[in-house]
Amino acid sequence: MAPVLEATGIVKRFPGLIALDQVSLSLTGGEVHALMGENGAGKSTLIKAVTGVTSPDAGEIRVEGKPFQPRAPHDAMARGIRTVHQELNLVPNLPVAENLALGRLPAGPFGIRWHEVRTRAEAALARIGVTIPVSRTVGALSIAEQQLVAIARAVDRWAGEPLRVLILDEPTSSLDRAEVVRLFDVVRRLRNEGVAILFVSHFLDQVYEISDRITVLRNGRLVATGTVAEIPHLELVQQMTGRSIDLESRSGARSRAILGESTTLLEATSLGKRRSVSDVTLTIRAGDVVGFAGLLGSGRTEAIRLLYGLDRADSGRLTGRGPGIRGSLRAGFGLCPEDRKRQGIFPQLSLRENILIALQAQRGWWRPLTKGKQRGLVDDAIARLRIAATDAEQAIGTLSGGNQQKAILARWLAAEPKLLLLDEPTRGIDIGSKADLMGEVERLRSSGMAFVFVSSEMPEVVAASTQVAVFRDRRMVSVFAGASVDEPTLLAAIAEGAPSP
Amino acid sequence: MKSKPPYFWPLLALVAVLLIDLILAPSFFAFTIRDGRIYGSLIDILNRAAPIALIAVGMTLVIATGGVDLSVGAVMAIGGAVAACVIARPSDCILNGLQLPPTAFYAVAAGLVAAALCGIFNGFLVSRVRVQPIVATLLLMVAGRGVAQLLTNGQIVTFTDKTLSSLGSGGTLGLPNPLWIAAFVALAVGILCRRTALGLFVEATGENEEAARIAGLRTRAIIGFAYVLCAVCAGLAGILAAADIRAADANNAGLYAELDAILAVAIGGTAMTGGRFSLAGTLIGAVLMQTVTTTILTRGVSAELTFVLKALIVIGVCLLQSPVLRSRLRNPA
Repeated sequence: MAPVLEATGIVKRFPGLIALDQVSLSLTGGEVHALMGENGAGKSTLIKAVTGVTSPDAGEIRVEGKPFQPRAPHDAMARGIRTVHQELNLVPNLPVAENLALGRLPAGPFGIRWHEVRTRAEAALARIGVTIPVSRTVGALSIAEQQLVAIARAVDRWAGEPLRVLILDEPTSSLDRAEVVRLFDVVRRLRNEGVAILFVSHFLDQVYEISDRITVLRNGRLVATGTVAEIPHLELVQQMTGRSIDLESRSGARSRAILGESTTLLEATSLGKRRSVSDVTLTIRAGDVVGFAGLLGSGRTEAIRLLYGLDRADSGRLTGRGPGIRGSLRAGFGLCPEDRKRQGIFPQLSLRENILIALQAQRGWWRPLTKGKQRGLVDDAIARLRIAATDAEQAIGTLSGGNQQKAILARWLAAEPKLLLLDEPTRGIDIGSKADLMGEVERLRSSGMAFVFVSSEMPEVVAASTQVAVFRDRRMVSVFAGASVDEPTLLAAIAEGAPSP
Repeated sequence: MKSKPPYFWPLLALVAVLLIDLILAPSFFAFTIRDGRIYGSLIDILNRAAPIALIAVGMTLVIATGGVDLSVGAVMAIGGAVAACVIARPSDCILNGLQLPPTAFYAVAAGLVAAALCGIFNGFLVSRVRVQPIVATLLLMVAGRGVAQLLTNGQIVTFTDKTLSSLGSGGTLGLPNPLWIAAFVALAVGILCRRTALGLFVEATGENEEAARIAGLRTRAIIGFAYVLCAVCAGLAGILAAADIRAADANNAGLYAELDAILAVAIGGTAMTGGRFSLAGTLIGAVLMQTVTTTILTRGVSAELTFVLKALIVIGVCLLQSPVLRSRLRNPA
């Protein structure tokens, strides 16, 4: 069958590096094609090249056999190539219905037909099997729901044009299992309609669950392409990383002695906040890694906000720090937030400034770090976490998402907190980076730092934690420590009370 | 390739305007020395640009936090009015109740304190009450001039104190005092921002306030500081303006100063959305605008045209700074 979209010999250079070096990609109608690679492998650049966001320096793109040279994203959309980006491009202050209708508001003789806007939006959401009240403001939705709205918009966009290629960039990174299943149902339905789907994800299980073919990039080069059967699990990981990683080698919580006599840093008793989360009861000591397990929306992020002081608790007790964020900072706590774009990075500021800001904030404005000290800390962080950047003065907004995530982690590591709250630190970053990051966590833990670690990936939580708090339906339901931390136990605790399948 | 500093294009425009002057009227660059002071168009430009440059320095920080201060013109009027009232003690003035000695020192100090109070008011509204900056400072823009008129009872308050008036019209080491004062303040703020981490904190707050708060910055204090500094700069400019004419005119002092200051900041390459700022760019912006004004006036072009020509130059510089346009010019594909 002839490919719907065929890119051959794509080259894209940026100052100081070649982002894409003779990369080819071929998408056939009716297939789900996984595009795999670590951070900075060139996945985003390749997507940008075929969707007209950037123009390649060399190479050829064909859509249904005809040459295609997109100048702007508009061109790609007009040819039926639509993208749902990892960083959602929605207008937070507008309701769902208007977000879905943006750019094609139906006009009648008396202005916009608002009723039609609503009914169309409801239809678009219904098509992907989602019910979200279309009058709700997008900013008030959870990230998962926003993701679904973005997908609905891409699927529905410009209904007059046939959808040929749907590019899903990390679509599942914020979805819980039920939502992933629902999304995959939509993906399969579109595939059966003959749409080619390019699927970018770091979740290997999901890739094998949904994909027909896989293309692997590493350092801007095409290293493998073939059917799912031709590229088994281990092979894929080795191709992506260029090295072999033993996925089972990480030591679990069982082998880790809990530091019984160490100092208590933070103690929460029945901490809660109405409409947010309740019953958070925890003792965090030096050398602890407290994993937060639970489904998306189960209250993990809300608990982090209470512990750090971003939200004020209205019930329970918290000892170990003063009130508010200032109390947390004075006690030596830090937070890597879940929403990197909104709460993490300063896009125009340099990588160096982004890394040093927390330490500098700790020292106060009147005690600036010397140039030499700054360089030492930044170079060390870049090397240790393997942040891929041309140099430390590069604006952080130009780095890939995973590298931004590492920079925010580096920001807090430079500040040497006593307790660091990590909310989904591994979301959207590749396996190699995850290993780097988890290695750092373990190294610092053994030297007496404490962590709270939120992750949707159960094996990570099990591997890293000394104790695990399980959240369900906006409540903390149980804590497991030491030998009782294993996946089946946690899964049972998370699923308890849920209707059995 | 190292990227050009943000003030490259306004500096280029300034050089271009000066070149035009050099060609059309070489006397533009002439200096004469009388009574131990240097006179000439260039000195005149710098002297006249000083008050706006002073305000624009403070405005740069406010804009870098992601805000704007529309009240600087009114605060100028308040600063001048307070200083004049303290030194001249007009009858029925409510400030007489303070019993301040009528010396230049107390006049300046009282003017600056009054301006700082205005800044605290703005900063409180913006950082604590979270009123949008444009609305919050609009309040004082309207009310502040009224306050200045109340202080002066709607009269022009004149004074004769030599020390105070020398701040506006006197000179030191051959150069006019406003120029020294503006240069000193700009340098002090520059050192304060770039030799400490304050500049970084302001930029981080303007870039992403929530991230800054989480990273441990006291964003409300930083924003408040910017408004107070801006108001004190404006108050000082108002005192200089009053000293220059030995009178406080609450109706006209600092009229449209906020617009000139914002323009100077914009020309200097600081984005109105907050974040990165450039004090050097702002100073060049202020000088560029005054150079244009002076050039037009000395060429005998009607004063009405001044504003239009100024606007054209501002547009030109802003276009040159636009990354979109520059990449289009480079790759005309």
